[in-house]
Amino acid sequence: MSGLVIRDLTVSYGASAALDSVSFTVAPGELVAVIGANGAGKSTLLRALSGLVPVNNGIAMWNELNILDHRPENLVRAGIVHVAEGKSVIPELTVEENLDLGGIWQGRSKSIAPLKEEVLDLFPRLRERLGQSADTLSGGERQMLAIGRALICRPQLLLLDEPSLGLAPLIIEEIFAAITGLRSAHGLTVLLVEQNALSALAIADRGIIFNLGKIVATGKAAELMSDPTLRSSYLGY
Amino acid sequence: MSSSTRLLLTLAIGAALIFASSFIDELHVYYGAEIAVYLIAISSIVLLTGFSGQLSLGHGALMAIGAYSCILSYNGWHLPLVGALIVGALTTAFAGYILGFAAARLRGPYLAGATLALAVGIPSLANQFHVLGGETGLSFDVGDIPQWVTNSWFVKAGGQDYTSYKWYFLIAVSCALPTIWVLHNFLHGASGRRFKAMRSHPAAASLIGINIARSKVLAFTASSAVAGLAGGLFALVISTEPNSFTLSLSFLLVTGAVLSGISNLYGSIIGAMVLVAIPELSASVATHLGNSEKVIANLPGVITSLLLILTVLILPNGAHWKPSKS
Amino acid sequence: MSNFLQTLLIGVSSGSIYALMALALVLVWRSTRVVNFAQAGQAIISTYIGYEANFHLHNYWESVVVAVVAGAILGAAVEGLVMRPLAKRIRGTAATDIAPVIATLGVLGLIRSLAGLIWGNTFVQYPSPLSAKGYTIGKTVIQFSPQSAAIVVGTALVMLAFALLFNYTRLGLALRASSFQPEISRLAGIKVDRIRLVGWACAGAAGAVAGALVTPTSYLSPNSLDLLLVSGFVAAVIGGLDSLVGAGVGGLILGVGFAFILEYIGASLTFLSGFIILIFVLLVKPAGIMGKRGGRSA
Repeated sequence: MSGLVIRDLTVSYGASAALDSVSFTVAPGELVAVIGANGAGKSTLLRALSGLVPVNNGIAMWNELNILDHRPENLVRAGIVHVAEGKSVIPELTVEENLDLGGIWQGRSKSIAPLKEEVLDLFPRLRERLGQSADTLSGGERQMLAIGRALICRPQLLLLDEPSLGLAPLIIEEIFAAITGLRSAHGLTVLLVEQNALSALAIADRGIIFNLGKIVATGKAAELMSDPTLRSSYLGY
Repeated sequence: MSSSTRLLLTLAIGAALIFASSFIDELHVYYGAEIAVYLIAISSIVLLTGFSGQLSLGHGALMAIGAYSCILSYNGWHLPLVGALIVGALTTAFAGYILGFAAARLRGPYLAGATLALAVGIPSLANQFHVLGGETGLSFDVGDIPQWVTNSWFVKAGGQDYTSYKWYFLIAVSCALPTIWVLHNFLHGASGRRFKAMRSHPAAASLIGINIARSKVLAFTASSAVAGLAGGLFALVISTEPNSFTLSLSFLLVTGAVLSGISNLYGSIIGAMVLVAIPELSASVATHLGNSEKVIANLPGVITSLLLILTVLILPNGAHWKPSKS
Repeated sequence: MSNFLQTLLIGVSSGSIYALMALALVLVWRSTRVVNFAQAGQAIISTYIGYEANFHLHNYWESVVVAVVAGAILGAAVEGLVMRPLAKRIRGTAATDIAPVIATLGVLGLIRSLAGLIWGNTFVQYPSPLSAKGYTIGKTVIQFSPQSAAIVVGTALVMLAFALLFNYTRLGLALRASSFQPEISRLAGIKVDRIRLVGWACAGAAGAVAGALVTPTSYLSPNSLDLLLVSGFVAAVIGGLDSLVGAGVGGLILGVGFAFILEYIGASLTFLSGFIILIFVLLVKPAGIMGKRGGRSA
């Protein structure tokens, strides 16, 4: 079946399992929020899917293609783009160069100009700072740049790792609105890892709650948000 | 193994080696002398690189400083040989102390490059200043073997001719074994632990109060002292020509240290043996390859370099084959 | 022509060679954060190959092309066969600082010995169509020849080419990105391993150009290595290891410095002066003259 299929995925660091036999699916075009406390295994999940960490056991497939044991750069060509937490912008390059980076693997045949325009329309602040070095950007601007670059990579499956981390509420709103918009416009499938459970579930179709490397609850986003036990245990309110 | 046990063992080994040298032919005793010299030299690199994590490509130059100051003090001040060797070691230690300050501010490739420049620069000084003997080097004539040695029971027991090279072997071994013993204590004591912390976790080390710069300078000074001693012995046993102390020697020492397992003090003996063995081995291989001068001169280098590359690829963190728990 | 001016010209000419070697070192540093001590050795072997080519083709310019191609292939080979397997093995261990340096030293020693093995320790030289005899100005013949001019021009062209490559092409962007942040570059779809090979190949080619340009005016032997090695490194460090322009500046400073020391003080001190200049620069301006980022400890 198409979409993302994860079965019994296990990633261990030594004796401890960061991901413990995790199974779930994501239908094409869905936006699924992955939430849970720190260290619950959410980031490891994304890193396993994008090829950054080796997997000890299990299956992961995207549109019936096995995505385990591949190099990250090859998975990008399969449409899987990972925006890692704090590590998606190259500070030594300019804003424009960071964006152009996403287009390099596509070769000369596909022009990225339309996509670049779309990103700059979506995030006008980036347009103002095109020639500036990326290390002069604020946290929120960096996140916008990271997402913009990811879009230029032409993703089908977008893996977002805590995009709201360290950002002010207004900026978070802006970014989450952008994510929603992009998802609709390009028919993206999105796996959104977040500690900010409320904001994430607000834009998601479904939610998956992690704890200690295992899935403890899944369901429609609205249901998860309204379930009182879940709210107090995992969502913190 | 307690410190005193080790001391006794060291003395016993030394005595046994010296005794045995009376019975063995000169060529092999000469190899032994060479091994002892390289052993000391390699252990200086093990200290600096293996333990304190600073890579020096200039120890050939440090050995040159040790050699020249040893010879000059021997010839100029008429010191006994032991005294001259000590002067050599101390002079080099001083040079290392000064260098250490620069070294402490440099890391990795920068330090390697700076020491590289030193290695190329120092030997050429000999050609510039006549007092340093020019291209042929200074003359280092230690005279005849002292009477008390030739008349001793262990020489007489051997029956063979006790030649100068056997005398040099005695000197070299008498220096090598105590050096290793001292280094063992040094490296397993407080300083050594600081070095290891510095090498593997520099950020954590400075957080717990280790003064990184000071430790680096200490390591450099100590390493230079040992290298200086090796240099004096090198001049005695092997060569006094400035061309022997060039970059090739520095590379050779680093190779020997890597082959020893870079952080393994006792591995130095293995490294030293390999360094001495390779030219001999390659000579026999060379005869099969046509025995031309090109081959003889360069085959050792090919073998040594290949060994170095393979060792770094297979054991990048060094080998640990210590004989006893430490 | 005054002695001063002549020394200056000689310095610029030899400085250009150092600049090319420094450029090669900077190229590798920028793409893999490794100082390739084997660079000088690679340059020498490429030049020997060019010498062999010249022997058979009897054409200087074609031989230069052969040498450059050989240099590129050799560079890629060192990266692919030695450095990359090593990098995989030492990922995350304590050896990450030292092991690559030692590996390049091993390659240097291997290259030096192989060169001696194949071509012997004798000097070789191969002529270029440009005269190696100095220009005549007024009544004196100075030590700056058409070949020297070619060295300077050639170096400038190579540096310009690389500057354009790095700053205005997609390949250059990939090269820079891969050297700054390899993991992020991978996540952006860049084949970082392949890009590294390109970086090393470019460096090998630059070194080969240096060798090819300098050989007609001086003799080549495996022992030419030492000066080339140290000068290239010192020039790169003076200029700032991260900076292509710095490689040029550093090379010129070193070349002119050496020329003046040679002329007014003496031959034997040139080597040592390299060390002194290096230490001086590292202590006073740790990031090199054109260097940007924080200090020598990174």
